Amino acid sequence: METLLENAVRGIPTGCVFALLAVGLVLTYKTSGVFNLAFGAQAYASAAVFYVVRKDHEWPLLWAALLAVVVVGPAIGLLLERVLFRYLRTAGSMAKLVTSLGLLIAIPEVVKLVLGDESRKNPPPLWYVMRTDEWLWPRNTSIVLDAGQIATIAATVTVVVALVLLFRFSSLGLRMRAVVESPRMAELNGVDSERVSMTSWMLSSLLAGLAGVLLAPLFASLNPLDLFTLLVAALAATVFGGLTSIPLTFAGGLLLGVLQAVLAGSLPTDSILATGLRPALPFLVLFLLLLFRPGLRSTREVTDPLATVEAPPPAPVALVRPHWMTVGTRAFGAVVVALGLAACWFLLDGYWLGLVISGIILGIIMMSLIVVVGMGGMLSLCQAALAAIGAFGTAQLVAATGMSVLGAIVIGAVIAAGVGALLAVPVVRLDGVYLALATLAFALMFESIFVPLSWVSGGAVPLSVPRPLIGPIDLADDRWFLLFAVLCAAAVSAVVIRLREGTTGRFLQALQTSDVAAASIGISGRRSRVVAFTVAAAIAGFGGGLMATYVGQANYQSSFPYLIGLVWVALLVSAGARSVQAAVLSGLFFFLFPAILTRLFTFPGNWVESNPDAPSWVASALGAIQPNWAQSVAFILFGIGAITYAKHPEGSIEAQTATSVGAIVRWVERRRGDAGTGPSDPVPPPSPEVTDAPPLAGTGRPTADSGSPG
Amino acid sequence: MSGPLLEAEAVSKRFSGIVALSDVSLHVADGEFVAVIGPNGAGKSTLFNCLSGVLRPDRGTVTFRGRSLERLRPSARARLGIARTFQRIELFGGMTVLDHLLVADRARTRRGGLWSDLFRGSRPTSEELERCGIVLELVGLTEWADRPAESLSLGKGRLVELARALMCDPALLFLDEPSSGLDRHETAEMSATLETVSRQHGTAIVLIEHDVPMVRRLAERTYVLDYGQLIADGPTEDVLGDERVRVAYLGDNS
Ligand SMILES: Nc1ncnc2c1ncn2[C@@H]1O[C@H](COP(=O)(O)OP(=O)(O)OP(=O)(O)O)[C@@H](O)[C@H]1O
Ligand SMILES: [Mg+2]
Repeated sequence: METLLENAVRGIPTGCVFALLAVGLVLTYKTSGVFNLAFGAQAYASAAVFYVVRKDHEWPLLWAALLAVVVVGPAIGLLLERVLFRYLRTAGSMAKLVTSLGLLIAIPEVVKLVLGDESRKNPPPLWYVMRTDEWLWPRNTSIVLDAGQIATIAATVTVVVALVLLFRFSSLGLRMRAVVESPRMAELNGVDSERVSMTSWMLSSLLAGLAGVLLAPLFASLNPLDLFTLLVAALAATVFGGLTSIPLTFAGGLLLGVLQAVLAGSLPTDSILATGLRPALPFLVLFLLLLFRPGLRSTREVTDPLATVEAPPPAPVALVRPHWMTVGTRAFGAVVVALGLAACWFLLDGYWLGLVISGIILGIIMMSLIVVVGMGGMLSLCQAALAAIGAFGTAQLVAATGMSVLGAIVIGAVIAAGVGALLAVPVVRLDGVYLALATLAFALMFESIFVPLSWVSGGAVPLSVPRPLIGPIDLADDRWFLLFAVLCAAAVSAVVIRLREGTTGRFLQALQTSDVAAASIGISGRRSRVVAFTVAAAIAGFGGGLMATYVGQANYQSSFPYLIGLVWVALLVSAGARSVQAAVLSGLFFFLFPAILTRLFTFPGNWVESNPDAPSWVASALGAIQPNWAQSVAFILFGIGAITYAKHPEGSIEAQTATSVGAIVRWVERRRGDAGTGPSDPVPPPSPEVTDAPPLAGTGRPTADSGSPG
Repeated sequence: MSGPLLEAEAVSKRFSGIVALSDVSLHVADGEFVAVIGPNGAGKSTLFNCLSGVLRPDRGTVTFRGRSLERLRPSARARLGIARTFQRIELFGGMTVLDHLLVADRARTRRGGLWSDLFRGSRPTSEELERCGIVLELVGLTEWADRPAESLSLGKGRLVELARALMCDPALLFLDEPSSGLDRHETAEMSATLETVSRQHGTAIVLIEHDVPMVRRLAERTYVLDYGQLIADGPTEDVLGDERVRVAYLGDNS
C-alpha cells in the first residue's frame, strides 16, 4: 500500500494542473455564461509572450511575469469582451460556444503572426530554483516534487481559495452571476452590467494567463495544441463540478490527477491499457461523467426571461421563396457546377486540380455537419473522427479482402454509421454544450486509444488505398476522379436535401425550435436525433473513404486530426449550417483559400527581388511578408467567420442568398407589374401584424370584465 | 359522464425551496370539460407539466385509461392521445401554419421517415391536406395557412397551437391560458371553438384560465389551486361561489 499512496501523492501536481485550468473555465462560465474553449488559446498567448520577453529579450523574471500574466492576460480578456462577448450576452449557449471555437482557432494564429512562428523549445519556468528535493523533501521516499510542481500546487490552492472567498463574501461575485442570468434584469436592478462583465472577463483571462505561463514548462516546446488538449482533459473536472462549483471542480481535478497516477503505477507498462488508456483517461472520465453525472442530463439551459424582448430571427429563405425561384436557383446551380467542372477539367494543373478535388470531398464531409448541426441542432465535434473511421474501414477492407474500392467505401460508411449510432444513443440525451463536450471527448478518445491500434489504422505506417476502376474509366486520372467526386457530392446533396425538406427534416426542425412542443405532438426527440446522428456519421464515413481513396492512404494525422475537425465546424456554421452549397463552398474554401493566399504572399518578395533599386523601406516592408503566413491568415479568417455566427446564425451564404433572392423576386415582380399581365403576386405580402412578444406571465387576477362572482 | 380517463392522485412537486404542488388529485372523465384556476404561481402550469410528462412529479401517480404514465416520456403520452398547448406560446420556427398541422399529423400517423423521404418523396397527400383543412376551418385559420407561423399575432399563434394539438386527435386536451394575450373578440372566438371541440368531438378538455366568464361558460367542474394546494373542487358554479375561493383567488376581501 506504500506504493499506492506514493503514486497517489505523485498525482497531486498533475491534479492541480487540471484543477487550475478547470477552475478557470468554471470561472468564465459562471461569470460570463460562455463555455470558453478558447481558454487554452488565451493561456498560450500569455505563455508565448512570457517566452519571448524572458528568453529572447532576457527580461527579469518579475517583469516578464507581470507583463505576461497581469497585463497581457486581462488585456486579451478586455479586448474579447469589448469587441465580442458584450454583444453575445443574451445569445444562446450554442452561439457562445461557436464563438469560442472560432477564437480557439484564431488566437494562436494571431500569436504566431505577431511573435513569429519559430518553434519555442523548453519554455522558461515561472520560478528560479529548479529542484527542491534536496532541501525540501525527505530523500528516502521516491516522491520527488520539483519547484514547478510546488508552484503549481501553491498557485492553484491560492486561486481556489481566493475565488471561493470572492463568491461567498463579496457582492462582486453575486453581481457577476446576476449579469449572466439576465443582463437586462440585472440592469433594471441597478447593476452596471458593462462594468461587471468587463471585470469578469479580465479576471478569468488573468487566470488563463497564469495557467499558461505556469503550465508551459510541462511540455518540451510551447504549442497551442498541447495546451488545448490539456484543457479538454481538465474538462472532466469542470463537469465534475457541474460547471458551477469551484470547490467541487478543484476536487475533481485532484481526483483525476491521482487516479491517473495510481493507474500508471498499477498497470503493466507494456499493455495496451497503459499505453492507450492512460493518456485517454481524462477523456474517458469526461465522457462517462457527461453520461452518468446526475443532474446534467436534465439541465435545461437557463433562459433569460427578458430575452424574448429580442426580435425573432428572420424566416428562412425557403419559406419566403416562391416555387419558380426555387426551380430557377436549382437550374442556375446546375449550370454553375457544369461550367466550373469544365473549367477545372481544361484549365487547372495538377496542383490546383488536387485542391479542388480535396475541397469537394471535404464538402461531402461538411454535409454530414449539415445533417447533425444544421438540421439536428447538435454541435457534434467528432465528425472528423467518424470520417477517419470511414477511411480506416475502407483501407482495412481493401487490404484484408482485396474487394473493390467502391464497395469498401460504402461498407466503410456503414461502419461509421454503426459507430455513430452507438455513440448517438447515449449522447443525444445531452443538451447543447454537454453534447458538444461529449463528442469532443469521443474524438480525443478515438485519437488516443483507437488510432494507434493496428487493427484500426494499420499501425505506424498508414494503409494505402488504391484508386478504383469503373468500367473503362481509371480514376487514377485526377480529371476523372474530379468528375467522380462531383457526382458523389451531387448524390449526397440530393440525399441531404430530401431529408431536409422531408418529414425527417421537419421533425428535426420542430425539435430544434421547440422541443417541448415537438414532444407534445408525439415526436420522439431521441429517435429523431439518433437517426440524424447516424445518417451524418454515414455521410462523414463516406467522405472519409473518398478522401482516403483520393489521397491514396488512410492517413489520420494529415487528413482527420480532431483540431482540423473543429476548424471544419467553425467554417461550416459561419457559411450556413443548413445549405448544401455552403457545405461545398466551405470545403473548397478550406483548401483553396490558403493556397491562393500563399500565391499572393509570394508577389511582394518576388517584386523586391526583381526591383533591386526600390527604396529600402519599401523593400523591407514588402520583403517581410512571408508566404508561410498564408495558413495563419486563413485560419484567422476561418475563426473570425465563426465569430460572426452569433450575428448571422443562418450563415453568411444563407444570408447572402436571402438578400439576392429577395432582390430578384422584387425585380421580377416589378417587371410583371409593369407589363400588367403577370399572375397575381406569388409571394404573400409582408405581414401587417408584427409578432407580439409573449407576455411574461398571465394576468394573475381575473380579467376586468369578469366582475365579482356571486 | 362516462368512465374515468385521467386520474392523478396526490401529485406533489417541489422546486428546491418552493412547494409548487402538494398532494393534488385531479380526475377527468371521458368527454368532460374541467377548469383549473388559481392565482399566479399557484402551480397550475406545473400540474400540467407533471401530467403531460414535461416534469416528473416527486410523489403521486398519474394514470390514463387505467394505465400508469409514470415511465412514459412526453412524446409517448402524446401518442396515447394527450395533447396540450403552452402558456408561453411554443411554435416551430421556419414553418407555415399548414406545416405545423402536417407535422402533427405525420407524428400521429407515423407516416414518413428516412426511407420514404429518400425514395417516395414527402409531399402531403390529399387525405392529409383534407384533415388539415378540417381543423384549419374549425379554428378559423384557413386563410392564414401559408403564412409563416412566427409572423402571426399572439392570438393567431394561440390558435395555431390549438390546431396543432387537435391534429393529434386527442382524447384529452390540456389548454394553458388559451385566452391570455387575446382581445375580447378573439377570446369569444376561442370560447366558441373550444365549445365545438368539446361538444362535437367529445374531447375531454382541462382548461387553465384567468378569464372567469369563460370558465363559467365552458367548464362543468372546476379545481382551484392556491400555493400548490387544492383548495376547492366541484361543479363550477359552486366553486366560484365558495368563500375561500373568493378570498384566495378572486381578491374579494369584503
Ligand atoms: N422550472 C422551475 N424551477 C423553479 N421553480 C419553478 C419552476 N417552474 C415553476 N416554478 C415555481 O413554481 C411555482 C408554480 O409555478 P406555475 O408556473 O406552476 O404557476 P401557475 O399557477 O402556472 O402561475 P401563472 O398563473 O403565473 O401561470 C411558482 O412559484 C414558480 O416560480
Ligand atoms: Mg402558468
